[in-house]
Amino acid sequence: MSATPQAAGADIGRPGAPGGAPGSARPRVSVPDWVRGIRPGVALAGLVVAFFVVAMIVPSLLTGHDPYAVNLEETLQSPSWSHIMGTDQSGRDLYARIIYGARESLLIGLGATALGMGIAILLGVLAGLGNKWVDGIISRGVEVMFAFPILLLALLFVAVFGPSVTTEIVAVGLGTAPGYARMVRGQVLAVRDSGYVEAARALGHPYGSIVRRHIFPNAMRPLVVVMTLGVGQSIVWASGIAFLGLGVPPPSPEWGALLNAGRNYITQAWWLEVMPGLAIVVFSLSLTTLGRHLQQRLEGGVNR
Amino acid sequence: MTTAPTPIAKGGLRPADPDHDLLRVENLRVGFGEQRDLTEVVHGVSFSLAPGECLAIVGESGSGKSVTARTLVGLTGGRSHVGAERLEFAGRDLLAFKDRDWRGLRGRDIGFILQDALVSLDQLRPVGKEIDEALRLHGWGSKAERRARVLELMELVGIPEPAVRARQRPYELSGGLRQRALIAAAIAMDPQLIIADEPTTALDMTVQAQVLEQLQQAKARGKALILISHDLAVVSQLADTVAVMFDGELLEYAPAAQLFARPEHPYTQRLIEAIPSADSRGARLSPVVRRASLGEARAYEASDEPVLKAERLFKHFRGPDGHDRTVVDDVSFELRQGETLGIVGESGSGKTTTARLALALLDPDGGGVTLAGEEWSGLPERVRRRRRADISVIYQDPLSSFDPRWTVEQIMLDALGEGYDDKVARRTRIAELLEMVGLEPAHLGRRPLQLSGGQRQRVAIARALGPQPRVIVCDEPVSALDVSIQAQVLDLLADLQQELNVSYLFISHDLGVIHHISDRVLVMSDGKVVEFGDADDVLLRPHHPYTRKLVASLPVLERPEPTGPRPFGRPPRTAGPPITEELAA
Repeated sequence: MSATPQAAGADIGRPGAPGGAPGSARPRVSVPDWVRGIRPGVALAGLVVAFFVVAMIVPSLLTGHDPYAVNLEETLQSPSWSHIMGTDQSGRDLYARIIYGARESLLIGLGATALGMGIAILLGVLAGLGNKWVDGIISRGVEVMFAFPILLLALLFVAVFGPSVTTEIVAVGLGTAPGYARMVRGQVLAVRDSGYVEAARALGHPYGSIVRRHIFPNAMRPLVVVMTLGVGQSIVWASGIAFLGLGVPPPSPEWGALLNAGRNYITQAWWLEVMPGLAIVVFSLSLTTLGRHLQQRLEGGVNR
Repeated sequence: MTTAPTPIAKGGLRPADPDHDLLRVENLRVGFGEQRDLTEVVHGVSFSLAPGECLAIVGESGSGKSVTARTLVGLTGGRSHVGAERLEFAGRDLLAFKDRDWRGLRGRDIGFILQDALVSLDQLRPVGKEIDEALRLHGWGSKAERRARVLELMELVGIPEPAVRARQRPYELSGGLRQRALIAAAIAMDPQLIIADEPTTALDMTVQAQVLEQLQQAKARGKALILISHDLAVVSQLADTVAVMFDGELLEYAPAAQLFARPEHPYTQRLIEAIPSADSRGARLSPVVRRASLGEARAYEASDEPVLKAERLFKHFRGPDGHDRTVVDDVSFELRQGETLGIVGESGSGKTTTARLALALLDPDGGGVTLAGEEWSGLPERVRRRRRADISVIYQDPLSSFDPRWTVEQIMLDALGEGYDDKVARRTRIAELLEMVGLEPAHLGRRPLQLSGGQRQRVAIARALGPQPRVIVCDEPVSALDVSIQAQVLDLLADLQQELNVSYLFISHDLGVIHHISDRVLVMSDGKVVEFGDADDVLLRPHHPYTRKLVASLPVLERPEPTGPRPFGRPPRTAGPPITEELAA
């Protein structure tokens, strides 16, 4: 009875694993997993956002210049060591103006997103949970709003209430609400028909408590990310409105207002358009990058 | 002298026969990932296959069976590393193959049938085109010749009216026809080897029988066949040799008859024992022995009064064509305390709708349900809510039935019935419930996603037990689970019933499971009850033609001769890989 081949066969251990030995013991620097998962781009975006948040709260920390100090001896200076982004037609330091403008711009972005999202949540939840009449009326209404150009809406508001930060917030907020509302309604519908809502019904929980404990929080969760993306978007919208001269009146250093003010000097002083434009682009891009990163983190992990 | 096989390599079955063998695999290893994070998932697997032979690779999820099969057609994916001492097909060395070579091989020499026909077929392309492409890619024949060949192939795999079907798109075809179209595409070039990865898993029982018949015919035509499956009964229909895989290793490799009659490896033995069937009624399926008995939980007294009674239920739904479809058509049944009523039927037979009617999550269009002797369906939800504790539910997919934000503790707190007002009482009760289903207090802080499939279903059972129900509706509770986990869950349900005298309304498409667990069985087809009675009467001596067809299509596993009476409660587990996932978790 030959038991040899079997024994020999069993002896074939695990030599030469394909493509290198798995689990080879190389010492590793102990970096927490959540840190290792952050890409350099995301880290950079985080730094940019942090920078502008500081600018929003304590702008004096980031610049020694006074954004409103007129200096007629130094008008329209190109970028140099003393004025790294140059000066405007009244000799004000452009870098300082952008830093001080962060407060209004970010406020408009946050405020408009919050307003838009607030309206959207109200409408979306009502449409998602209401009967088919409520849903029908809200959904059609939202579609009409969609068809309405946001700039026209802003024009209307400025005409009625005059240009101000509040007007701009309301205009952008109303303009972005329909898109969010649709999203909220979709989320609510998906959660409403989910297995765990049915399981909660089968356990005998009242509908109100199911809405409060399951439907609302689960439908809202993805919106955190959407809001991050939305703030950048709102700032871009607001800048567009301000560029048309419908935003915050001068001498405010709000970014869109800076763009509008520089328009007349574009042939002499390119930096008056490029620098505020860069601020808007860099900030929105960074927020978007962070938002996408959050999205992957949250929805890749928990949301299945 | 025993009939022990003479192995060639690890677990090898017979001496390799280079002149005859179509496929020779020796010491195959597959790993995934980059250099540093390389994980090997197949650790040295060897087998060989001759024309006309069928090799079945059997294993549970994560065993590496599908990866092994995909290696043979070069579809392991970008970040994989394949190594072997020998990987030969028809005398050609597959290890040296480039993408071009693989494309020439796939379809022409090796046909690959994927698991899910709905996903594997292009939704917008007529199935005839799909089959035609398999021929066109390899430059076979003229357009007219190919058209004739497509029809011939469809005829061959048993698709009725091939000329009509060829112009239809996958969504217009039933699951069985789609799977057969996929087989037709795989065998279009008349490949010498056909690999079928779980070809019948998503299919109804009767359709499964038809598909297996097709594969059987291919084998009879002299084709070599590799069948990947988790289902030993299916495998026993076709296989000449069976390879049992676990965690990337080949544990047992033997002729089918020998493997089923005298399984040598403890894992194989347990895998065979774990299959529920008519023979396993009243016996345990898993080697896991429950430690805990129940604390204060009360057992319901048996009585002849039905605890759940459905009378002439009707339910219509508006179909896509605007016409009403009767989904539940005159269904009546009675469920007594402590009894299990099995509802069996194929997809679309109205089982789940019946369950939702019983749970009063839907109101019937006709007829009514009584629960514990009182009216139940048709009441306002406000009135029903107080009594919902009497009936609870376990779903097929536990994950989607849990709020993803919640931990096990929150899920359990939510499910407690009345009378647990202070914190200590609640905590004690939750600990008790977890113990009943074999979970640890350590699981309390986890979220459903962090649990294994079996653990999730245990949490679902614990939640269902929370309100101390008289009836639990189990809607396909084990269909998504591996055989060994299924065995544990079925054992758990049986134990709980014995101790609590709770009733089950148990829904499944799997006749073996239904026969194993049910006292009485209700067979549904097209929303109607076709047969109702004692489980043995219905499933061993069926009267209705539909039930007969269903029973006939069930692949029956030739079991090892029992050496004595089937033990109730098996001996503690022996050495070998863990069959329970608890150890892996």
